[in-house]
Amino acid sequence: MTAQAQELVGATRKESRRLLDGWWQAMTAAAGDGRPTAYVFVMGSFNELLRVFDFVLNFPEITALQTAVRGQSGVYLQAAEDYGFSPDICGYVKVDVGLQLKGGEHPHGRVPRPALVLATNMCNTYVKWAEFWEHHYGCPVFVLDLPAWRGAGAAPDPADPAFQRDRRYVEGQLRELIALCERVTGRRFDIDRLRESMAETNRMAALYHEVLALNRHRPAPFNAAREGITYQGIANLYRGAPEGTRFFALARDELRERIRLGLGTVPDERFRLLLAGTACYTHFKRFVELFEAWGGVFVLSTYMIFAGGGFVPGFGYDLTRPLESLAEQMLQAAWWGFTGAMFYPQEWLADAVRDWDVDGICLHGVKSCRTTSTGLPDVREWLRTQRDTPGLFIQSDLVDARLWSDAQIKNRVDAFFEALAARKAGAGR
Amino acid sequence: MTGELERIIDDCRALVEDPSYPAVRRWLADHPGGKVLGHFQVYFPEELAHAAGMLPVKIMGAGSTVQIRQADARIAAFVCSIVRSSLELALAGHLDFLSLFVIPSICDAVRNACGVWVRNFPHLPTQVLYFPQNAASAHAADYLAGEYARLVQLIEETTGQQVTAARLAASIAVFNENRRLLRELYRIKRETPWLLSALEAYVLTRAGGVMPREDHNALLRRVLALIPQRPAKRQDRIRVVFEGGYCEQPPLDMLAVIQDACYIVDDDLLIGLRWLVDDVATDGDPLANLAWAYLHASSYSPVQHDPRKPQAQMLLRRLREAGADAAIVAAPKMCEPGLEEQVHYTRALEAAGIPYLVLEFEETMTTFEQVGIQVETFAESLLFEFA
Repeated sequence: MTAQAQELVGATRKESRRLLDGWWQAMTAAAGDGRPTAYVFVMGSFNELLRVFDFVLNFPEITALQTAVRGQSGVYLQAAEDYGFSPDICGYVKVDVGLQLKGGEHPHGRVPRPALVLATNMCNTYVKWAEFWEHHYGCPVFVLDLPAWRGAGAAPDPADPAFQRDRRYVEGQLRELIALCERVTGRRFDIDRLRESMAETNRMAALYHEVLALNRHRPAPFNAAREGITYQGIANLYRGAPEGTRFFALARDELRERIRLGLGTVPDERFRLLLAGTACYTHFKRFVELFEAWGGVFVLSTYMIFAGGGFVPGFGYDLTRPLESLAEQMLQAAWWGFTGAMFYPQEWLADAVRDWDVDGICLHGVKSCRTTSTGLPDVREWLRTQRDTPGLFIQSDLVDARLWSDAQIKNRVDAFFEALAARKAGAGR
Repeated sequence: MTGELERIIDDCRALVEDPSYPAVRRWLADHPGGKVLGHFQVYFPEELAHAAGMLPVKIMGAGSTVQIRQADARIAAFVCSIVRSSLELALAGHLDFLSLFVIPSICDAVRNACGVWVRNFPHLPTQVLYFPQNAASAHAADYLAGEYARLVQLIEETTGQQVTAARLAASIAVFNENRRLLRELYRIKRETPWLLSALEAYVLTRAGGVMPREDHNALLRRVLALIPQRPAKRQDRIRVVFEGGYCEQPPLDMLAVIQDACYIVDDDLLIGLRWLVDDVATDGDPLANLAWAYLHASSYSPVQHDPRKPQAQMLLRRLREAGADAAIVAAPKMCEPGLEEQVHYTRALEAAGIPYLVLEFEETMTTFEQVGIQVETFAESLLFEFA
């Protein structure tokens, strides 16, 4: 391996750790010094706007999943259930409730109290989650309505008066949010800073799409489940910041180098797969292993779309009219990147099967998330009957280890690959 | 005359327990070419459909009247029964009369399930209606009026009828009367629960969701005239508010078991049919009036976020206004918003020193001994405490 290759291969992972550590350091410091922290969610980003006011950003979905990856989510789940929350509600919510009840103590550091909570209606559970913080801390809660996928029909068209009506609503709400941020922080809104941040997101989004597209290569240079989670995480945490843009430039460069070197994410790539739905964090490594054992690699996932910022193809803020454009892009993301990708993804998946040369789809339903999981069996059925695409439907959870059944899942995964292998043999591939 | 009231109530019970929607089919037989708009929980401005000559029908699950055979293969586990059974009704052909189906954006399960409906019934226009969750925004009313206008356009395309302001105003008047009659029914239940049981009030209310509103108004007027003549006597029972019936409905027998032990003097059962708490203005812009009413003159539920109406405070107010002694805080299995709200409700009740009982239910339940024992024990302990 050349010196350049040696420098690049593995560099993204190293940089992601540095960035994640940096984020935790900022949060832990804010927990100590009281710097205003905004609680935000991955579907419906306010990063560009919040950066104008220098908020520290806490992502409770990310802090929750990190406890599960560390094998420690059970303690937080138990604390929330002892507090009164049902075993049947979202595990992310409960882990966070447990975390808040423990004064923000987290395996990676300390989560600060919220000065402001922002949610969108992309997930109704976000709203109930925000109401918990409202009860617990008495903090202001802002819910942004994003009218999204409403049923079958054409994609939202900015020229359509109905879209413009929605856009006016979103823009009006964003202006109300700006006024709230000014009250909370005591700082004035600076539209130039907003433009800077939006310009950064433009650059990052283009790179994010480049990164996704590099996985069309055979062998795929990254796993959309394993590395994808890191890409999603950085895309959320550092959206609108130069570090985020630099990270994805590095990721793109490393992936190009991997392709040049013939380095696939698995040594012997035999099956290319899509992942529809979320990951299982308590058994994250195991989840990926079950597929890689068969030479299976996730080349793309809906998760990288709806939890990675919802960047629509051709995404780009118009910096000459920043607030209007912010509203427009949020709506586009809401329709295509979030609700479309979760509620009506079948044609997108069918196109991805063709464009990424995919052999089959794993649809992973989780108890914690009805938003992503409810219709997955039906999506699988549609793909099977309408597009002759093999699908595997399995269920576990995001953060609750009690819902992982290794034998059952392994059995189904193995049977799926046996069928894929037979299909390939029958097709002479 | 008492016999007549009993017959009306029995007919309503039979109607709500019949998954073939007989009143809808009778209406279609009487109105050849008529169109039906189905709407899911919680609230839908039925006036929009009514003004186009459509029959609006509330689709609210099938309880245990329909066996789930096909829906389970379409819907993931861990999803509430009402989403499943409503889909089953459609897959089994019980909803073949629908020309349009609207799903309010109340929760994640049903919004995602909209995709299932669209994929499986490509001939049936199915839409999500996005109600504001930023209800306190200065822009919410305009947005919602626009959302209603969008649906009106779809209704006009479906029916070929123009929905004019005059027709909307006339429909609003019909539904205003319906809501007034229901408020009166609830007043009687609240003030003289021995004259009208919770179960009776429930089936009388629920029937309105599956029959023409004009007919329901006539039925309620007759019922309200008959009730005062009932020879029932007041009994020594605690007065409770039942909270948790805003979406998936508890089985009728579960309500019967509860009311054996106490008076349910108020509740949020099918609150969507009683969502607007005052008459909607019939002059001016009807869509704007309906939107305004949704935001400013409405009840509350766990699926509407409105900082002006914190749910727990609204529950305490309901208890006060009903003169209730205690609360039964229920939630359907797997109902994310309901189960989360339970925590805030119970904490508020504890802080206010109000006794409460927590229950979980499923619309498909068929045995109620456990519920009966819990409620009986709860009620007896309170009678002893209040004695």
